[in-house]
Amino acid sequence: MSSELAGLLQLLALIAALALAYRPLGDYMARVYSSDKHLRVEKWIYKGIGADPDAEMRWTAYLRGVLAFSAVGVLFLYLLQRAQGVLPGSLGFVAIDPDQAFNTAASFVANTNWQSYYGEQAMGHVVQTGGLAVQNFVSAAVGIAVAVALVRGFARSRTGELGNFWADLVRGVVRILLPLSVIGAVALVACGAIQNFAGIHEVGQFMGGSQQWNGGAVASQEVIKELGTNGGGYFNANSAHPFENPNALSNLFEIFLILLIPFALTRTFGRMVGSLKQGYAILGTMAGIWLLFTGLMLWTEFAGHGPAFELAGGAMEGKETRFGIAGSALFSVATTLTSTGAVNSFHSSNTGFGGGIDLLGMQLGEIAPGGVGSGLYGMLIMAVIAVFLAGLMVGRTPEYLGKKIGTREIKFAACYILVTPALVLGFTAVAMALPTPGNSMTNAGAHGFSEILYAYTSGANNNGSAFAGLNADTQWFNSTIGIAMLLGRFLPMVFVLALAGSLAEQQPVPASAGTLRTEKPLFTGLLIGTIVIITGLTYFPALALGPLAEGLAS
Amino acid sequence: MHNSVGNTARLLGAALRALLVLTVVTGVLYPLAVTGVAQGLFPGKANGSEIEDASGRVVGSSLIGQRYDLPLKKGEETPAPDLKWFQPRPANGLGTNSVNTQYALILSGATNRSGEDGALHNPRTGKAYCPEKPAEGTLCAQVLDARAAVIKDNSVPGHEVKPADIPADAVTSSGSGLDPHISPAYAELQVRRVAEKNGLPVARVERLVQEHTDGRILGFLGEPRVNVLELNVALRELVAGK
Repeated sequence: MSSELAGLLQLLALIAALALAYRPLGDYMARVYSSDKHLRVEKWIYKGIGADPDAEMRWTAYLRGVLAFSAVGVLFLYLLQRAQGVLPGSLGFVAIDPDQAFNTAASFVANTNWQSYYGEQAMGHVVQTGGLAVQNFVSAAVGIAVAVALVRGFARSRTGELGNFWADLVRGVVRILLPLSVIGAVALVACGAIQNFAGIHEVGQFMGGSQQWNGGAVASQEVIKELGTNGGGYFNANSAHPFENPNALSNLFEIFLILLIPFALTRTFGRMVGSLKQGYAILGTMAGIWLLFTGLMLWTEFAGHGPAFELAGGAMEGKETRFGIAGSALFSVATTLTSTGAVNSFHSSNTGFGGGIDLLGMQLGEIAPGGVGSGLYGMLIMAVIAVFLAGLMVGRTPEYLGKKIGTREIKFAACYILVTPALVLGFTAVAMALPTPGNSMTNAGAHGFSEILYAYTSGANNNGSAFAGLNADTQWFNSTIGIAMLLGRFLPMVFVLALAGSLAEQQPVPASAGTLRTEKPLFTGLLIGTIVIITGLTYFPALALGPLAEGLAS
Repeated sequence: MHNSVGNTARLLGAALRALLVLTVVTGVLYPLAVTGVAQGLFPGKANGSEIEDASGRVVGSSLIGQRYDLPLKKGEETPAPDLKWFQPRPANGLGTNSVNTQYALILSGATNRSGEDGALHNPRTGKAYCPEKPAEGTLCAQVLDARAAVIKDNSVPGHEVKPADIPADAVTSSGSGLDPHISPAYAELQVRRVAEKNGLPVARVERLVQEHTDGRILGFLGEPRVNVLELNVALRELVAGK
């Protein structure tokens, strides 16, 4: 069997697994967020928090909950890293420097998991398992909660109420992320991922002498890292490290975990707004873009364009033998089209066009299928814009899911789509203009520019993957990428929740002959067009200076 | 004013309590439960898939690639490969202990070099190409050096290795720098050299490689590969018992 055919079969197996999980998981999540019953363990947790899970919140209260919880999360994680030197169970690692601790705290709370540190050489058990992995759970649950609040905005009328943030947060963790993680972690250990609390120990070697390993709760962190589209690796090499991703089966399973919840949430959305077809239209848009990107990536990586790859006889630099080109390309697209940012091969060593596909995937706003929760709300914002554009063309007030898209709504949507490009392009321009940040580039010329553009794109879009050639552990990059990650996560959430509140107050308008049928393929086409136009107009000039220039030259 | 400060303090208090409770659930109970199950069901794998040689000595992990080098000689910066043993992929990206000086932990990492790295542009065709003498340390140079070394090391009298025979994994570094595998083609390419250095018949070493070649999982997942450590362990036994 050729590698290309095997790659195609892996893609088909992945699609089949996602399709099998789609209905049960999507429906289950809809029940989780619609139920008015509380599990006993949840009641204990609410008692611990001191919150009433049945109290409905307006959008401002919901937002305050999100921001307070995340602010406390940043501070806690920062202090945990600063105190590492005196904490027990730290393997003797010292405290993390202030700028790096800020960057890492912002990164994990913002569901980005950009890492400017080497996991195996900087973070002990307490920080990894009790700090970083915890944010992997809760930042993902916050993302889903905000998406569910927006869906409720569409589904409810003449109320300003969007649900209860604490209940949504706790249910996301307890009923969705935890059970899936337990099963997934054991499956990963069965493949060979490590799971222990051993200290640093010596292991004999073939040629004599020994090598030093640190143990850790790797499998349990790996599974939520993918499932929650977080991406922060236990080890520096992330999912390329054999202890995180031991074989081709675990590899496909990890790709499946990355895509599982973001795709299934479209079913949840369809259920909650009372029309499964509306969910399928969103799913079709996401799946179409994902398949297109995957196909392009497989093609360019197998073709192996680039002088050094042609000399080597294939683009295997930065890729593991056990995954091969197909297993690496599938992972690479899944991680950049969601907000994951885990890597099993190193994107800086992708072909020029392959790196461009990674970049473009993030610049689409990570909506195909996007991060857990953030993918759905990002796509729904795009749908609002698409409906608005269609309304402009025929000259009538646009509506989506029975809600009028008026001045207020479109202002919130417009603000949402402006935030990340402003952060990405602004910070990239400043970094290029200043004399010192450029010293961090590994590769010169167009590729070096791509490294910096990629870093801010990854940060502001909360992806966290890197064109890792960039030495990002400098005060400049730690601080600016940290700020970009926080603003890129929470400013859009402000606009999403404001939009949700505004929609929830409306009285639904009955569909008429002039209503745009948003469950039809025509709308899916319009939506893809809108995404391409918005992203293209925003980022084309910057892409032309980096990956396009490089791709055309080789 | 006083009221809003009080509200904010209450809200932050609730947020802190929520974080602490969820930290107990997801940061303590969950990893401990998974560790318990993992250690109970798959103790070998959960602890790093260590493998032992015939004498029962641990020689590493089947998942972590090793170097098979001669002791460092005076004046050398990097040790020369011990050609008696099958050689792994290059690991130019594997970092040194740059962050924490307390331990000599193995550190994973890639080169992060692009396919253009070290290339020049041909003004006539507009295409980029690797020159014969690329700048030192660039990917073009790493591939060229690795290719020259593979040809030099593996060419035995009567059998010259041709550049076209060399698979990509033999001249490129992996993502982790700890890749435990090589392609069957690269193992095949080393057979004659290994047989000669160990005084074994070529056919015997060839059979050893075939016995240690794993196909794709379920027939279509991943790529065929050879685990270098397991192969070398078997080779050592073969040499000892000949």
